[in-house]
Amino acid sequence: MSRHTLSVLVEDKPGVLARVSSLFSRRGFNIESLAVGPTEVPEVSRMTIVVNVTGLPLEQVTKQLNKLVNVLKIVELDEANSVQRAIALVKVKADAGQRSSILEVVQLFRAKVVDVALDAVTIEVTGNDDKIEALLKLLEPYGIKELVRSGVIATSRGGRSISDRNLRPADRTA
Amino acid sequence: MSTSAGQPSGERITGAQSLIRSMEYADVDVVFGIPGGAILPAYDPLMDSTKVRHILVRHEQAAGHAAEGYAAATGRVGVCMATSGPGATNLVTPIADAHMDSVPMVAITGQVPSSAIGTDAFQEADIRGITMPITKHNYLVTNPDEIPRAIAEAFYLASSGRPGPVLVDISKDALQAMTTFEWPTDISLPGYHPVTKPHSKQVREAARLILESKRPVLYVGGGVIRANASAQLRELAELTGLPVVTTLMARGAFPDSHPQHMGMPGMHGSVGAVGALQKSDLLVTLGARFDDRVTGKLSTFAPDATVIHADIDPAEIGKNRHADVPIVGDVGEVMTELIAALREEMAAGRQGDYEGWWVQLNRWRDTYPLGYDLPNDGSLSPQYVIERLGALSGPDAIMAAGVGQHQMWGAQFVKYEKPRTWLNSGGLGTMGYAVPAAMGAKVGMPGSVVWAIDGDGCFQMTNQELVTCAINDIPIKVALINNSSLGMVRQWQTLFYNERYSETDLHSHRLPDFVKLADAYGCHGLRCETPEEVDSVIEKALSINDAPVVIDFVVHRDAMVWPMVAAGTSNDDILVAREMAPSWDSEE
Repeated sequence: MSRHTLSVLVEDKPGVLARVSSLFSRRGFNIESLAVGPTEVPEVSRMTIVVNVTGLPLEQVTKQLNKLVNVLKIVELDEANSVQRAIALVKVKADAGQRSSILEVVQLFRAKVVDVALDAVTIEVTGNDDKIEALLKLLEPYGIKELVRSGVIATSRGGRSISDRNLRPADRTA
Repeated sequence: MSTSAGQPSGERITGAQSLIRSMEYADVDVVFGIPGGAILPAYDPLMDSTKVRHILVRHEQAAGHAAEGYAAATGRVGVCMATSGPGATNLVTPIADAHMDSVPMVAITGQVPSSAIGTDAFQEADIRGITMPITKHNYLVTNPDEIPRAIAEAFYLASSGRPGPVLVDISKDALQAMTTFEWPTDISLPGYHPVTKPHSKQVREAARLILESKRPVLYVGGGVIRANASAQLRELAELTGLPVVTTLMARGAFPDSHPQHMGMPGMHGSVGAVGALQKSDLLVTLGARFDDRVTGKLSTFAPDATVIHADIDPAEIGKNRHADVPIVGDVGEVMTELIAALREEMAAGRQGDYEGWWVQLNRWRDTYPLGYDLPNDGSLSPQYVIERLGALSGPDAIMAAGVGQHQMWGAQFVKYEKPRTWLNSGGLGTMGYAVPAAMGAKVGMPGSVVWAIDGDGCFQMTNQELVTCAINDIPIKVALINNSSLGMVRQWQTLFYNERYSETDLHSHRLPDFVKLADAYGCHGLRCETPEEVDSVIEKALSINDAPVVIDFVVHRDAMVWPMVAAGTSNDDILVAREMAPSWDSEE
């Protein structure tokens, strides 16, 4: 099984999220996470899709994605040459006795406590999946009451932008 | 009001008028459909259009297949129309069919008013959501100003690149609201750029491989017909001397009478055509997609072949079989450039040598020609009926088949000389395709003889359209191959289920009386039960042009389609008849 991160620029049209996500399931691919939001270009949204691939080549799904009329561009970002971030909110059981040791873990991970109650703290952590997993492992013994994770967002390293090319209007008339 | 084509003006019209005017601008001459609540506003201005003819069908599925038949026979975009909810969902099967077989089609559906969308309103169905995986693209329009652009884009998408169905769903309030009409002068789809011009380096590589190979074959698919590229194919074949196989979707792309034609490959292909692919060292794949019905067990398909794969859809290349030389482009342009590249190579003294290959091919072709056994009891052989039908109707007749045994015999025993004369549901395998598709083809090609070759199972799924044909002066002819069974399923039960015929006996020799049924629908009904009558009854049907004709050919029910590569097995294991395998090796 291999894991791939795709950045997909799409036209911000109704239904586009459904088109993209249903295509993955229809073609037998499993989406691990998906994050979508606006970009620096008006009317263009960006999806970051992390997909697990077993058997079928990833190329097949990117080709099928490219056929969607609302999909503008697809770039695969490899982990070494991109910055990948997700956010997690973790509500951990914490009575007065445990609080300080939890805070120590939070500091080590440069995470933040965003809410404190008598019996729990809520921690915000940002990072790549590995970092979040590592933190969760350390928090687990205290008792995780609730976990919310976002999808990964990612951008390539260096000065080039994904939208530099290919976003010009079609030079074609009907 | 005026629905004639004119310059955009500030004139205030309804969304419905804008829709009909858009269809006129898109050059629609015929639309198949049924009105209903949500689409009703559009039917009012449609009544006044002098350019768009509407044909009122009896079931929306038939509207879709008729649009497909029209498109497949003419090359133009077929159009169908239905109301919201059940009207739209009845279009789902033909839309899926058009998607599988790359048929240019635009489906226009009414939707409940935008304020009611999502409330489970009467006759509401999310047809855009439902058809997402089976359309090339689809639209939900709720703003009347957006109607012309949606229609213009729909026709452009349906007909360009790899053709396919596009659905435009329009809410009732958008049809009723006032708008101004403005036909877009340019289409701007930033995410849609079909590549038509092939990469010249790949084309040169293909030319080199063709001349170096020893056992090449032109593996021709339906894309060649969709691209109107039969002339280029013939030139390419004759320049190189390569054998040609035409898949089920490509029958007619290359003349059957041509000496280089090895026939149809696949599950029910000829031994020569299956062998030409299977033993090849170079597949020159043109607008074909390595369908499982052609490849058999994929891992054993054409094991020694290098693959050149030319297709307009990059997603087809490498999908099932790795392509050593991928060529994305319009298959006509690919062949034009390939011909030029080959001529250059040939001018430089490089020639292909396929003599040994042809010895082998000819041996297969001579030893294992397509054929059939006549029943010993004097009853009618379905293959004979279909063979005579083709012979007596001539090369300009259009044949639209249903799905099953009769379809395979229609592909095997009618000799096709021209593209767009063989219409069938290849990918989806939709029983019930034949009658409405023949109707659509006849509307598009009124001067041609159009036959529906149908089975008694298929025919009973869509034969209500005979009345549409009778009322609208669409004199199709139906050759009903009546074996009283779901014949292909029965064949599988014979071969793989110990002759346990579970639910495949339709009793159609008893009921219904198809001659009376034809009569009730305003058609001529004829019956044929013996071989001696076949020619005369076909001649009689050919002489009738004032109304549709249905011939009930009461045929032998145990006839089977051969050769056969059983599903999931290798093409190497093709059987020419029950327990009869061909010998591949040359003994010369």
